[in-house]
Amino acid sequence: MLNERIEQRLPSHLVEDERLGRLTGGSLMETKPMLSRTADHLFWMARYMERAENTARLLDVNYQTSLLPQSAESALSGWRGLLSISELTDDFSRRYGELDARQVMAFMVSDASNPSSILNCLRAARENARAVRGTLTTEVWETTNQTWLEFNRLIKSGALAKDPGELFEWVKFRSHLSRGVTLGTMLQDEAFHFQRIGTFLERADNTARLLDVKFHARNTEFFGSGLGNEIKEVDFYHWSSLLRSVSAFEVYRKVYRNVIRPEKVAELLILRAEMPRSLVFCMNEVVGNLMAVANDHSHETLRRAGRLRADLQFGRTDEILATGLHAYLTQFLDRVSDLGYGISRDFLMPA
Amino acid sequence: MRFFDEMHVSSAQVRDHYLTYDRWLGRQPRETMQSRREEAEMIFRRVGITFAVYGDKDESGDGTERLIPFDLIPRIIPAGEWREMEKGLKQRVTALNMFLQDVYHDQEILKAGVIPSEPVLNNAQFRKEMMGLNVPGGIYSIISGIDIVRACNPDGSGTYYVLEDNLRVPSGVSYMLENRKMMMRLFPELFAEHRVAPVAHYPDLLLDTLRAMAPAAVNEPTAVVLTPGMYNSAYFEHAFLAQQMGIELVEGQDLFVKDDFVYMRTTRGPQRVDVIYRRVDDDFMDPEVFRKDSTLGVAGLLRAYRAGNVTLANAFGTGIADDKSIYPYVPKMIEFYLGEKPILQNVPTYICREKADLQYTLDHLAELVVKEVHGAGGYGMLVGPAATKAEVEAFRQVLIANPTNYIAQPTLSLSTCPTFVESGIAPRHIDLRPFVLSGKTVQMVPGGLTRVALKEGSLVVNSSQGGGTKDTWVLES
Repeated sequence: MLNERIEQRLPSHLVEDERLGRLTGGSLMETKPMLSRTADHLFWMARYMERAENTARLLDVNYQTSLLPQSAESALSGWRGLLSISELTDDFSRRYGELDARQVMAFMVSDASNPSSILNCLRAARENARAVRGTLTTEVWETTNQTWLEFNRLIKSGALAKDPGELFEWVKFRSHLSRGVTLGTMLQDEAFHFQRIGTFLERADNTARLLDVKFHARNTEFFGSGLGNEIKEVDFYHWSSLLRSVSAFEVYRKVYRNVIRPEKVAELLILRAEMPRSLVFCMNEVVGNLMAVANDHSHETLRRAGRLRADLQFGRTDEILATGLHAYLTQFLDRVSDLGYGISRDFLMPA
Repeated sequence: MRFFDEMHVSSAQVRDHYLTYDRWLGRQPRETMQSRREEAEMIFRRVGITFAVYGDKDESGDGTERLIPFDLIPRIIPAGEWREMEKGLKQRVTALNMFLQDVYHDQEILKAGVIPSEPVLNNAQFRKEMMGLNVPGGIYSIISGIDIVRACNPDGSGTYYVLEDNLRVPSGVSYMLENRKMMMRLFPELFAEHRVAPVAHYPDLLLDTLRAMAPAAVNEPTAVVLTPGMYNSAYFEHAFLAQQMGIELVEGQDLFVKDDFVYMRTTRGPQRVDVIYRRVDDDFMDPEVFRKDSTLGVAGLLRAYRAGNVTLANAFGTGIADDKSIYPYVPKMIEFYLGEKPILQNVPTYICREKADLQYTLDHLAELVVKEVHGAGGYGMLVGPAATKAEVEAFRQVLIANPTNYIAQPTLSLSTCPTFVESGIAPRHIDLRPFVLSGKTVQMVPGGLTRVALKEGSLVVNSSQGGGTKDTWVLES
């Protein structure tokens, strides 16, 4: 009994690793290797679905913020930030010129010329799924296919103009459904692990970008608000809407039982292992699933993933803020993209 | 012209094997059937049972995926008719495989003068690379699709004819399976009232057959399905069959040949492949030997094949047996190899390479169907009775310029089956493609794919030209 209770108090990711370690190291059942191209399609299918969801979240938070009473300039700065963290500022201005809320939304939701639009993410998710539909359960395939067909119908019927908030909710809902049906029906073999790696690598990237949105909107580095330096009202709205965009507003209250403080928001979304969209949570999932598919070439990628996770596990908010939040996140994004490259080289596109 | 209708003897009289169905249909309100049709379409779309038409757009305007129209009225075959047809199909496919074995080895049938050498040896479908190569069990065409039509005799009875053999990469079996699933989903009560022979075990038979044909030295063979990729018109079927059999769906880029063995690239390194159910044409299979520019195949595959380290289903070079210029000789093959009378008849065929036949064809052009000997998919053909005078004359010039390229057949009065159309229920022409699996034994599931020409009067059932499909019921006793 005592041992069990101690184990229960271990941080969740350690328990998780233990379980995966046993599964991979000690399982007596032999699992079949899978086609690299299939793994690649599954990885990207999951990434695109996750990206569609996060784009919807990002748009939703900006849209909700834009409904608050504020100066025209500060309203626009939110949209500017959104384009900037998506690295789409130039593409947008080339196509639309002047910044305009409606047009940013159209560009990010249904513009076929924007490779990151929700339309293109859902299309890519569906095309990747179609390429490996035999590997997916019927439910997973049909959910992905149906999302794509239905999204087209919604766009044609003018759903974006009618009620952007409702459309964003719908996209989030379909992504929940995809993930749920994957968890609920897929055999937890390599096919499953590569989907999970895709999901969490993408989410890590997206959460980091989301956290960085304020820097992009105002172009000011954040080193912490400092003692006695009370948070401004506009900042309160920024940080609380950021929390809402990752469904973490209530979570924040529950965890901290305190007013919204930027340092705490950063801590929650970077270092809290229980928070399912935090960077450390994502990296726990990436590492766990990577371990389950490890092969003869993947030592280095696994080492880098583990190292990145350790930095998060044992990191502290004050250290992060000492270098500046934006600088920290920029470096994190580089490491995530390096991991993506390594996974691709080791598993998905072997020479 | 008189047509044989599968359901009705006359407008007043329903054939015995359709009586139960007819009574049931009479009880269905029109709106119910309409809403069932819509339901079927919605399900097919959601499931993604689509095919691609080259250079076409689908309803959303940006893709190339189309639904094949599915008709709710089944084509029913009585048990006795099926038994006869099954015997005939097994006989025919057995002889075709013996022909392939012969033609790539000793060529006895040519030496005996039963088939002239010229149309065989000078045929683009004859692969000299296959000469002397031994394939497991001497089976070249492991999966065969035989197109059958029923035509009306002067006395009003019907006769089944083989219209063509498909021994390269015959497709359509997934629709046979999905149509049955759809019918059972939409009308479960019908299956309580009829004893319909099941077809759902086809993927198991196929997997068994593929594994049985693996190179002899292999204990636990790995079989894969090779597809040209997701933009191929039959991609749904490739993915479907791979999934149903629980084997990998691979593309050419996933495979490579090393030391005359075939491997696939997996997340844990190379893995041996023993049997390839390939849905890629010969020409694209091995850039070392066939088309150099092909990216769909695997370089070195023929070497591995020659070394006996991999089985191809179907073998290279099966096209020589289903070529339209060889088709007229199939009844003779059956007699030559099996010493039996053909159970299934050929459609009478005029071989335009032969002088007398060409003259007859030119004299009767407006009554005949003239086909390119290498054509497929209903392209490059003349349907005399349906063509305008100008079309007939234009085709005459083409034919005179290159007669060896054509055969001609009388316009068959393809049988009809009641079908839902805009105006209600009307007869439409149909054919049937049963699938024959040849391995240690020759096996098949009862039934096949029934295709229906949806346009009034049309005889072209190909899905690329507006054809639809029906569920095919073989009744048990």
